[in-house]
Amino acid sequence: MKLKHLTAGLAALAVAAPLAATTAQAYELTIPSLVYRTGPYAPGGIPFANGYADYFKLLEQRDGGINGATINFVECETAYNTQQGVECYENTKNQGESGALVYQPLSTGITYQLIPKASVDEIPMFTMGYGRTSAANGKVFPWIFNFPGTYWDAASGMVNYAAAIEGGEDQLKGKTIALVYHNSAYGKEPIRTLEELSSKHGFKLELLPVDHPGQEQKATWLQIRRMQPDWVLMWGWGVMNQVAVKEASSIRFPMDRFIGNWWAGSEHDVTPAGEGANGYLSATFHAPGADFPLHQEILEKVYDADMGAGDRDRVGEVLYNRGLVAAVWTVEAIRKAMEIKGSNEIVGKDVREGLEALNVTEERLGELGLPNFTYPVEISCAVHSDPGTVLIQQWDAAAGTWRVVASGIEPDRSVIMPLIEEDSAAYAAENNITPRDCN
Amino acid sequence: MLYREAGQYKTSYQSDQAIFPIAQDRWVVWAFVAFAFLVVPFFVNDYWTNAVLLPLLIYGLAALGLNILVGYCGQISLGTGGFMAVGAYASYKLMTSFPEMNMIIVVLLSGGITAAVGSLFGLPSLRIKGFYLAVATLAAQFFLVWVFNKFGWFYNYSMTGQITAPDREVFGFLLTGPSALPWVKYLFCLTLLAVFALIAKNLVRGRLGRNWMAIRDMDIAAELIGVRPLLTKLSAFAVSSFYIGMAGSLLFSVYLGAVEVGEVFGINVSFLVLFMVIIGGLGSIVGSFLGAAFLVLLPIFLKNFMVDGLGMLPTMAKHVEILLMGLLIIFFLIVEPHGLARLWQITKEKLRMWPFPY
Repeated sequence: MKLKHLTAGLAALAVAAPLAATTAQAYELTIPSLVYRTGPYAPGGIPFANGYADYFKLLEQRDGGINGATINFVECETAYNTQQGVECYENTKNQGESGALVYQPLSTGITYQLIPKASVDEIPMFTMGYGRTSAANGKVFPWIFNFPGTYWDAASGMVNYAAAIEGGEDQLKGKTIALVYHNSAYGKEPIRTLEELSSKHGFKLELLPVDHPGQEQKATWLQIRRMQPDWVLMWGWGVMNQVAVKEASSIRFPMDRFIGNWWAGSEHDVTPAGEGANGYLSATFHAPGADFPLHQEILEKVYDADMGAGDRDRVGEVLYNRGLVAAVWTVEAIRKAMEIKGSNEIVGKDVREGLEALNVTEERLGELGLPNFTYPVEISCAVHSDPGTVLIQQWDAAAGTWRVVASGIEPDRSVIMPLIEEDSAAYAAENNITPRDCN
Repeated sequence: MLYREAGQYKTSYQSDQAIFPIAQDRWVVWAFVAFAFLVVPFFVNDYWTNAVLLPLLIYGLAALGLNILVGYCGQISLGTGGFMAVGAYASYKLMTSFPEMNMIIVVLLSGGITAAVGSLFGLPSLRIKGFYLAVATLAAQFFLVWVFNKFGWFYNYSMTGQITAPDREVFGFLLTGPSALPWVKYLFCLTLLAVFALIAKNLVRGRLGRNWMAIRDMDIAAELIGVRPLLTKLSAFAVSSFYIGMAGSLLFSVYLGAVEVGEVFGINVSFLVLFMVIIGGLGSIVGSFLGAAFLVLLPIFLKNFMVDGLGMLPTMAKHVEILLMGLLIIFFLIVEPHGLARLWQITKEKLRMWPFPY
């Protein structure tokens, strides 16, 4: 018990100290950031966390916060582990005056864990392009937001890209598409949609699971070699991506027929395979690179002041940009929430309202320093995932850069929407949720 | 002076065979139990329950179960994660198939199902021993995780293979789901742990426990004096799996609420629980709890101390924590290879002698 008293005492101290210091100051917004800079998925977790942190740092440096309220940015290390994620959540949710405003755990496992908890605690979750796809139905999941696109949008977009290359949707008939996926909730997510699409377009779908953490894929790629699929799609994360790209190049699978989803297409996924990775494709929803005014501003105001979260030369990596855009949308939602409430003293509940009324136009993106960076997003009560449009980027090994090769690929929402309805209705029935009215 | 045993006479077999024959021990234990049951529930909040106490209680139960098998019967098992998964999936199936079922019955039945599965995987122990058995149980670990990932029936064909605990009550109090009150969850787990710790203590003091220990110490000699290896080993596997299954069931339904088998019940859990048993003390009930406390509480304490107390960056703190945990484990195993329980026992002996060393 001694240990507990000690921790309790220390925790009390840690809570009391900042409280005493901020009584006379501006309202403080607590932004928790559940990160994983350690563990098997750290290569993906680090750049994302850096992008997320740097944007808030920039706001602190440049504007002193958001609309006059200061930022209390709290990082908590989860190591991609569910139990540590729970600890982080419980530890951060009541911190500061505002309490945690919005969670962004970057892990499907932790997301599933927190969906019911956050809803009860009235804290919104912004699971940007991951987590539970059917959370796109705002009627059943009022607290969860997964714009700008779901895994099902990604799957459908990737199939549509394949169709376009093959020369039309009817050309997919009789083709074989293999899905190499992380054998977890995350990796299984697209299967449902791909099955629907396979019966719609008449292609054959082959499912190849890869177990955590994905270092051992010899057998999988031997199967692919035997099967000779026309396309390989991949739902991977962490070390699994690098191994898959290497194995694919070693069996000489044509890289321009191999598409990773948006979590399987960053620099560190392809560099280990060297030249062999040239031409590898991946879906995404924002541009790569650091040639945007916002990046320049971050380099000037954050990195030149030696306050950057990561390495200077890694600003602009794919996952860095993703963390950045996550922060940008989060802050826009916070601004919207302040606008709706008419004050900057907001709590989690208000941020939910802000997210639901979010409308980030191309014009606004330009103001924020990200012109032509991503798609405009407009969220409503019923639809928490918009627009679902997919970009395809390709790796150029010689130049060491990603290049966007196809943009504006619309997912087949006529297939996806009924599936979202079905899955969210099943969730609602299982958990006694009455879908709210959105009119 | 703390232990003044003068005047404590044991006049009956009952008092001589009591679990705590020394009066002071008894008082301390009763005081501790009373504190845990009567005081702590009034002070727990979400953080204390969900981040500290529930994992402690649940891993304590799992370590207790594994200690029966490894510490008392001498059969090494690396299948703990798999068996916990059996408990979790059994309770998921029971909770969704019979919504009216009392949660106590769900947890006990999950334990029972795990006991059956555990005995099945215990069968090879009749032929293979030591490290070879460890490898056989390792197979159980991978096989079970694979089964729960592969066959949709176990997760009710949900699209992602995740299982989520529906809201269930116990005696009118919500126990599972996000709205459950922290003290309900805490008391539920604490009660189960207390009851089953008592049962375990009595099992290992009785005929069955003595049989287990005979097999552990020398199986051929045990066989010669009339201990039947088949029944003894399988009963150890069954009882141990029962406890581990209950722990898995609680981990899923009360603590986490949503579980993905590969991540939560992976091989690392098997190792974690085995380390709890080894560090706590093989063949000791209190050792199981000390081991669980060491491996569950210390990382949280270190993290809070370094991040909130010393103001370190969370990532740096994590690296230091991993390093420190490793060092501490090595330190304790060098200082006392028989575990924390033995350290505790030595302290107690010294206290009884104190202030006269001889």
